[in-house]
Amino acid sequence: MMDFFRYLGAGTRKSFTKLGRASYFLISILTGIGSVLVRPRLLLKQLHSVGVLSFLIITISGLFVGMVLGLQGFYILSRFGAEETLGVMVAASLVRELGPVVSALLFAGRAGSALTAEIGLMKATEQLSGMEMMAIDPIKRIVSPRFLAGFLSMPLLAALFSAVGIIGGQIVGSGLLGVDDGAYWSQMRANLDFQGDIINGIIKSVVFGFVTSWIALFEGYDAIPTAEGVSRATTRTVVNSAFSILGLDFILTALMFGDN
Amino acid sequence: MSHNNTQDTLVGLFVAAGIASLFFLALQVSNLSSFSHGNTYEVTARFSNSGGLKVKSAVSAAGVKIGSVKAITFDPKTYESVVVMDIDAQYKTLPDDSSASVFTAGLLGEQYVSLDGGGSSDYLKNGSKIEITNSALILEKALGQFLFKSAEEKKSTPDEKKSSGKK
Repeated sequence: MMDFFRYLGAGTRKSFTKLGRASYFLISILTGIGSVLVRPRLLLKQLHSVGVLSFLIITISGLFVGMVLGLQGFYILSRFGAEETLGVMVAASLVRELGPVVSALLFAGRAGSALTAEIGLMKATEQLSGMEMMAIDPIKRIVSPRFLAGFLSMPLLAALFSAVGIIGGQIVGSGLLGVDDGAYWSQMRANLDFQGDIINGIIKSVVFGFVTSWIALFEGYDAIPTAEGVSRATTRTVVNSAFSILGLDFILTALMFGDN
Repeated sequence: MSHNNTQDTLVGLFVAAGIASLFFLALQVSNLSSFSHGNTYEVTARFSNSGGLKVKSAVSAAGVKIGSVKAITFDPKTYESVVVMDIDAQYKTLPDDSSASVFTAGLLGEQYVSLDGGGSSDYLKNGSKIEITNSALILEKALGQFLFKSAEEKKSTPDEKKSSGKK
């Protein structure tokens, strides 16, 4: 019985110290951003590996998610004779929820895990301490560019996901199932609000980009410098990112769309 | 150096695609392009019941969207609903004796305000009031009246049936 409390206490203490380390880490990343902007070449390289290489998985998943939404939405809506509102359903669910959330989950799996493994391995092979020996700040040189790249690519990827998904829904809806093409777009345009839907979706993806990049980099930087430690850190990145994305999504949705 | 150039190009393409899809969402998907806030004028109408009308519901004339509902308030003195509408400035030749009605698009669709032109040679301008209004059709009221009517008819029919049955 006492063992249980001891474990509980130790667990609480550990999670607090981890949170504290993560916060210090975040502050030092943010102060390092200035030196990244002075050397945009570093940022560009990371934008390539984080953003450009995630391009394909995001567009293909977006297309298929949109097509599935088109199919499912059509079957449900045609039961009520409301096929014309398919465009609204596809676009609203993509722009508000699926775009930011699914692209953030994919981003955590595709780019976040890679970031953790990369930095964890750098730590395990003592490249980071080597840099410190040469008086190069590894946070400014390695971590901040990656953070900024993740933070910047996430909204772009989410917008891409939504846009491709809406086109996918249109391909299935009006191409295969015979929903009127004009109704698909005009209903969508009449019912989606720029401020209420699009901007809020972008805010969500900005928040998710911030959190997933932070988690991925921290787990890598904090990993136990062994092969096993890096593998555990990579797993934790994906799991923790997924939890925080879904939890934050609930909170953000409640705040943004609570009043209507 | 060529490696850096291809990287630049790829990142450039990625950023361009992202920004293009943001524009696509803003202009093609949402209502940002269909309605510019600068060039509108305000018209007020009082309804005894504005039904399920909402802010941003459409205002249309002859089935064409010409504006949107800006605000709906309740007037506690006259027990009327005051609907303020923004009408696109390019439609400035609506007669000032036009009538406003709240209609429903489709059987269960959204409600909208329909403006029907009158015969006056003066036009609606910023701040004008529409005098002739028709309230929303409340389905429950209409159903209630219908049921009441059919109940009255039933009262009279049984006698006829009896008499016809005897024959």
